[in-house]
Amino acid sequence: MPPAPIIRPKTSKDDKLMAGFMIVIALYLVVALAFPLYAMLSKSFKTASFDLKKYEFQVNKGDGWGPVVSAFEINQTLHVLKPEDLVTSADGRLYATIFFPDFSFRSKTKYRFRQLDPNSSFIDGTRQITDNDWHTYTAKEFRRIILRPSQSIGLGNYITYFSTPALFRSIKNSLFISILTTLITVSLAFGFAYALNRSTMRFKGIFRIIAMIPILIPSLLPGIALVYLFGNQGMLKGLLFGADIYGPIGIVVGAVFFTFPHALIIITTALAISDARLYEAAISLRASAWRTFWTVTIPGARYGLISASFVVFNLVITDFGLPKVIGGQYNMLAVDIYKQVIGQQNFEMGAVVSVVLLVPAMMAFSLDRYVQKKQIAQLSSRSVPYEPKPNRRFDAICLSYCSLMGVFIVGLLLVCQYAALIKLWPYNLHLSLANYNFDVMDGGGWRAYINSIRLGLLTALVGTVVVFSGAYMVEKINGFRVLRTGFQFLAMLPMAIPGMVLGLSYIFFFNNPANPLSPIYGTMVILVVCTVTHFYTVSHLTAITALKQMDREFEAVASSLKQPFYKLLAKVTVPVCMPAILDISIYLFVNAMTTVSAVIFLYSPDTALASVAVMNMDDAGDIAPAAAMGMMIFYTNVAARLIHLFVTRGLTKRTQAWRKR
Amino acid sequence: MMTVSNLSSANTSNSPPYLRISRLTKKFGEFVALNDISLDVSQGEFVCFLGPSGCGKTTFLRAIAGLDIQTSGTVHQADRDISALPPSERDFGIVFQSYALFPNLTVEANVAFGLENQKKSRIEIKKRVNELLELVGLPEQEKKYPSQLSGGQQQRIALARALATSPGLLLLDEPLSALDAKVRTYLRREVKALQRKLGVTTIMVTHDQEEALTMADRIVVMNAGTIDQVGTPMGIYREPESLFVADFIGTMNHVDGQAVSAESVRLGSLTLACRRHDIPPGKPAVLAIRPEDILPVDDVADAGTPTDNRFKATVREMEFLGSFWRIHLVDKQLGDSHLIADLSVNAALRMDTAVGQKMAIKLPPDRLYVFNPSTGR
Ligand SMILES: Nc1ncnc2c1ncn2[C@@H]1O[C@H](COP(=O)(O)OP(=O)(O)OP(=O)(O)O)[C@@H](O)[C@H]1O
Ligand SMILES: [Mg+2]
Repeated sequence: MPPAPIIRPKTSKDDKLMAGFMIVIALYLVVALAFPLYAMLSKSFKTASFDLKKYEFQVNKGDGWGPVVSAFEINQTLHVLKPEDLVTSADGRLYATIFFPDFSFRSKTKYRFRQLDPNSSFIDGTRQITDNDWHTYTAKEFRRIILRPSQSIGLGNYITYFSTPALFRSIKNSLFISILTTLITVSLAFGFAYALNRSTMRFKGIFRIIAMIPILIPSLLPGIALVYLFGNQGMLKGLLFGADIYGPIGIVVGAVFFTFPHALIIITTALAISDARLYEAAISLRASAWRTFWTVTIPGARYGLISASFVVFNLVITDFGLPKVIGGQYNMLAVDIYKQVIGQQNFEMGAVVSVVLLVPAMMAFSLDRYVQKKQIAQLSSRSVPYEPKPNRRFDAICLSYCSLMGVFIVGLLLVCQYAALIKLWPYNLHLSLANYNFDVMDGGGWRAYINSIRLGLLTALVGTVVVFSGAYMVEKINGFRVLRTGFQFLAMLPMAIPGMVLGLSYIFFFNNPANPLSPIYGTMVILVVCTVTHFYTVSHLTAITALKQMDREFEAVASSLKQPFYKLLAKVTVPVCMPAILDISIYLFVNAMTTVSAVIFLYSPDTALASVAVMNMDDAGDIAPAAAMGMMIFYTNVAARLIHLFVTRGLTKRTQAWRKR
Repeated sequence: MMTVSNLSSANTSNSPPYLRISRLTKKFGEFVALNDISLDVSQGEFVCFLGPSGCGKTTFLRAIAGLDIQTSGTVHQADRDISALPPSERDFGIVFQSYALFPNLTVEANVAFGLENQKKSRIEIKKRVNELLELVGLPEQEKKYPSQLSGGQQQRIALARALATSPGLLLLDEPLSALDAKVRTYLRREVKALQRKLGVTTIMVTHDQEEALTMADRIVVMNAGTIDQVGTPMGIYREPESLFVADFIGTMNHVDGQAVSAESVRLGSLTLACRRHDIPPGKPAVLAIRPEDILPVDDVADAGTPTDNRFKATVREMEFLGSFWRIHLVDKQLGDSHLIADLSVNAALRMDTAVGQKMAIKLPPDRLYVFNPSTGR
């Protein structure tokens, strides 16, 4: 019998429409992420150097033209340029006269010059000359000859990077600080989570709230607090016994502060899902508490611990604000990018450092994804939640420990607040609001604060719509396997890209006149695009999780009833997912308020931001106003969170009728 | 391949079938979930797909709905080729095991969901919703949310929603399996009555044979991606065409023997008359008989060759199952095999059956099925 006909399913209108939407959002991610990264990557391989053999001169001192000599030959005898001087950036320039120590523009000497690289050029006064012919100049003209480097593609920049100790030492520093912080933060957070989960101590709710404070402030704020406490005129400088807060110590302490809540959230979840039945078994086997801890608790929470480690590691190694404020002479990768780009205008080297920073960030990210998948598998097996029993001694220990951590967190915040309110530390300790008068300071003034709020709101609005739509399409569309896989990949990628790297990539991609999108450079639009992209992944995962919790057959029912997907989306999916949607928007808002790294390269005088102003004022020595601006960000985020809380509460109340839990 | 049309004579008149499924194959990668399946369903018929878990029932139903379109093969509904069409271009209503009711919409809005943008006025929609709620026996619940209803009520709302647009075909995927036994029995009758009243062609997936036997006009027994047999509940029960169907539906004794002639088999040392079969003499055969078909008889010679398929066996065990006794029988004439017979309480009393005693039984030849163990047919 002949085989039955193969069926090519006809794509429904809905699926076509959804694919269309998905392509639009995928294109957004390609333009806002893939292209810029590509631009950066290719920049890092572009080398520019002066190939002295390619420049040739002839001199006529009035007695006829002398022999043709190359710049290389001259340099061999004169040593005017060292090998490292030959490596330059694409904009590198070199005056021809440096090869002629006795050059005087008043002399009657004549010069002939040509350059032999077909792809290079030189500048003759104002003209760019691209040919390889001889040109004759008087001394007066000759002093305005500028040589341009030859450009090529290769590993040159990387070779320079790895042969410059001052640069590659940062790799070691970054790894050292990140690993040390990871160890400390994860241990501290585990203790905190353990106390919250396994004791019956009081004030758990307050501790939970306190632990979340660092999320609401820029990472450089703890740095400022540490300067006030332990800096050169610090309140508690004596406690350091002569050690310097500017450097590893300051970075690690500040990093522990700002990564603490991130680790805590993950570890708390891990502890909350571990199975009480295992503990009952351990008790019935008369295992000691110590043994139970090592054989039941730790293995149960291991994925959480590993995942928290990777997250903390990634946060620290990619953070820029904190080492900038308190790192002193201690170089780290993220700061190197800033220094190369802003300080030395060496964009190629900035790109190289970015690529170097990408390696550990990508690795930590992919390992974390791998571990999280395992944890999800563990989660799906039903377990009985653990119910702690009162134990006086243990509860007292937990309470003291959490109080200590609470004092650390609230303490640093209060120091900032204090710094913001006193007139002039340490000379005039009167309280005043003078430091909040940002308009008399550099950094953008109140305008920067307003800009930040605009950025936060726009990011929350645009980001939530884009992210949720993208997640919906990728989750609900039928067929289009390749498109979906590609989209998932693009949506996960931002998490692996450090903010500094993203920001720098944007310069390469958007600040290119050949790019039709270049008009958005220097505007609010690019800041919104960059921030949405930077925080895309977590939002996307939140949306996907919420969508996965919905009945998989809703779409099937709607299509059998011949109702378009957008009606289902509007009437059912969005209302049911509203709590997750609100979570995404507050997440985006808070992060847009605090982020420094992604936007540091992209703001313009018109679009200065509060978080950047904190950094710039600190840089300019206006530390108290910097603290004041940091506190403004904190108040704003607290207010935003409160609004979010009330809206969510109100919503839950209104929808109580149909929500089961 | 089985041709189905000649088996379903009970329901097919001369009119063309409403739904014609022809040579359907569905692959998930290398795995063949449906293998070259054909089936005709007539207008107004209630068909059940019955089979063990994982045999492909849901896959089959989803292919008919267009939710997971088959790899090859065609589907025609009302003479229209719908093989490649997406669900939105087909004509069916569907109820899932989870009901998939929209949690944030009231009962009324759930039922009305499919009625909107059909150029119907609000009043018309309202009227239709009330009509449907009446139909499924849930009037005056329209302002409630799904979570405020019991499982059985939710199920009926899902049914009302699926029927709202008056589809030509109703698809039900294990609609009753999430309910407790009492509600389930009640709803079986309700759904069946509703279907009969509306005359809507219906396909229901189930792995509960009782459900299939009580509700279906025709049962499609599926096994590992193929159709093993199609027939009326009675036909499937009384005339199983394969060992699989025989075992799957109801209870069946299942013992190994040997073919003797085209109408007799050997079981242990007994030679028994049986249904006609085509196993060559001397080859292994599987004998099957339902426990209720084993008849207790009064007179039989103590041992020796049975006449008329009668012989004696020892009662090893008796289970009281409420309305009847299940009796486990062994005998050296049977070899290693043992048989179970269901005896009404009265019959057991009358015969004074007790463990350890001998009991005379008859295996009626026309109830003694024989299958070829190598083909299962
Ligand atoms: N999307 C899929 N991808 C791969 N395999 C699948 C997919 N859907 C179903 N299968 C496989 O096809 C086979 C038939 O699945 P199907 O869901 O149709 O079974 P079923 O008869 O409905 O079972 P149940 O009674 O458990 O619902 C199973 O082996 C299943 O694992
Ligand atoms: Mg199924």
